[in-house]
Amino acid sequence: MDGLTRRRFLAGAGAVAVSAAAGVRRAPAQARPLEIGLVLPYSNVYAVLGESITEGMQLVFDREGWTVAGRKIELIKEDDEVNPQVGLRKTKKLIESDHVDFLVGPVSSGVLAAIRDTVHQARQILLVANAGNDEISRERCSRYIFRTSFSNWQPNWPMGSWVAAHVGREAYLIAPKYSAGFDMMKAFKETFTAAGGRIVGEDYTPFPVNEDFAPFLTKIRQAGPRVVYAFYSGSQAVRFVKQYDEFGLKAASRLCGAGFLTETDVLPAQGKSALGIITGHFYSTLLDNPTNKRFVREFREKFKKTPDGFAVQGHDTAQAILFALRATGGDTQDKDRVIAALRRAEFDSPRGRFRFDPRTQNVIQPFIYVREVREVGGELANAVIDRIADVRDPGTGCTLPG
Amino acid sequence: MTLLADVFAQALNGLQYGMLLFLLSVGLTLIFGMLGIINLAHGAFFTLGAYAGLAAVAGTRSFWLALLLAPVAVAAVGALVERTCLRPLYARGAPAQVLLTFGLIYLFDDLVKWVWGAHVRSMPPPAAFAESVAIGALRFPSYRLFVIGFGLALAVALWLVIERTRLGAVIRAGVYDAEMAAGLGVNVDRVFTAVFAFGAALAAVAGVVAVPIQAAYPGMGVEILVRTLIVVVIGGLGSLKGSLAGSLILGEAETFGKAWLPDTSMFVIYGVMALVLLVRPRGLFGRALR
Repeated sequence: MDGLTRRRFLAGAGAVAVSAAAGVRRAPAQARPLEIGLVLPYSNVYAVLGESITEGMQLVFDREGWTVAGRKIELIKEDDEVNPQVGLRKTKKLIESDHVDFLVGPVSSGVLAAIRDTVHQARQILLVANAGNDEISRERCSRYIFRTSFSNWQPNWPMGSWVAAHVGREAYLIAPKYSAGFDMMKAFKETFTAAGGRIVGEDYTPFPVNEDFAPFLTKIRQAGPRVVYAFYSGSQAVRFVKQYDEFGLKAASRLCGAGFLTETDVLPAQGKSALGIITGHFYSTLLDNPTNKRFVREFREKFKKTPDGFAVQGHDTAQAILFALRATGGDTQDKDRVIAALRRAEFDSPRGRFRFDPRTQNVIQPFIYVREVREVGGELANAVIDRIADVRDPGTGCTLPG
Repeated sequence: MTLLADVFAQALNGLQYGMLLFLLSVGLTLIFGMLGIINLAHGAFFTLGAYAGLAAVAGTRSFWLALLLAPVAVAAVGALVERTCLRPLYARGAPAQVLLTFGLIYLFDDLVKWVWGAHVRSMPPPAAFAESVAIGALRFPSYRLFVIGFGLALAVALWLVIERTRLGAVIRAGVYDAEMAAGLGVNVDRVFTAVFAFGAALAAVAGVVAVPIQAAYPGMGVEILVRTLIVVVIGGLGSLKGSLAGSLILGEAETFGKAWLPDTSMFVIYGVMALVLLVRPRGLFGRALR
């Protein structure tokens, strides 16, 4: 299959050389559409996240009439089922048979860990639109991998010291048992204990299947901590927050966590159980900037629902692709050129000014917002109560040319 | 907090989880006992029941009406599936049936996603069971107590029907020897459809009861199906007692596993199953397969 790629590359390069020699100015790679392969979950625990990311991208490409730099934009969607093996198979299919120009995805850290080496070895440009494994910005970083979403470290690291200072110094940690859960709790612990906080208990729960949190909630109740710091997302976030309330824990321990716990995708199903939960995230639907206002308005018109942070990740992924294509005049054959363009990408995002950190090719969060779930205009929303500026992953062990 | 209080609280959690598993596994085991097929689509009926329940609550504003209406609707779907899809396959043996019912899972899952979307949906428990009650120093949601009571009541009712009524006698006759029952004048075809529809209705009951606890989303049935299959393996396929015993054993094992050995809770579940299979290959109350 590598041969096919090379043949197509040589043909493209030959055509460019011929037209350059003839002195003809033509739009590069004229007829070939820009193919973007999405490897995202459209089923199982994170189905809604995959859907939101896709919708965020569709919104941006809609504005452009699905063309950029003379090339028609096409999406090829594959369902990774939140399963590393399936994700790897779908990734290989998109690289080897579809020869996509850009790969976008995945949602689960487990899937990203599984596809990283394949992507790197195939020299396939991947824009990570959600999965936050810290390692991808650190020892397993790759010049072919950019991340528009977050590293797991980013929303949690500022929360440790904030929670210790404003909520309480005794915390019980709970998260799903896979790399994202471990990464997030580690980042929180780092600053929480440095600020004088003490961890009184810690549980990692079955993933991706876990219907019932009762055994863990009973343990938390017995430990009686001031703070419970949690990371859950998708359907597990709904269940955890509702069951936390039903077991009467809200009165005893303040629930805080990573922003995914109360994102807009799960808030309606959580209902009043979510009120008062404090989370750290790079985005809130309520942010008061013109890009966000337009984004929220158009998203509601198009999809009849309120956008969440995942939709912003899709928006920014699409914007980064548009930026790169405009910079190269539509060329995607010269990967070094595309990578160089992506590294310079800069645009207004609903979350603030978007830039990649050249040291890691991971997004620099303009702010991590500390948010509290409140009722705003008859609807539950994440009200911003504080913010920490310019949060970039430490990138320890990554050897990209900064 | 003493150890005893801890054990009691977790045992109660396990009992409640076990009862939910019972509501789901009893229909599966009943269908197997009567029709001799392992109905993997049972998980899909669970999902359908949950969503039908949500729709009924939205329409009637009553959880109790939903608990009645959703199973009726899903029973109709079950009857249709039995008549149109399964009947032609009875002669073909287990592999064809397993493949068909496995395919139905995906069909119904996509149908649910298409009609209701991928978003997680929830509903509050009925007003009578909205609060949590104090048990010692702990609080326990009263709705979960209701689930325990409801599961026990259903177990007793099913036992009475199967052991003490004429209908039960017909079902038991069909389980032991369908051919002989037919020879004795039982309309086996109609009984098969009725039992399959009733099994589907039980899955829907489990679905409605589960929503206030774990919310509804496409694929919820597939997630819990594995547990349900473990329950019938432990308890023995086709046995009501086995279904109850298997559910309670798995409910307690998983709950205590999660609480005390969180790193190995999945191992605990499969460990229990392996142990039972070693000692009693047909499950605790299982019969020889026909």
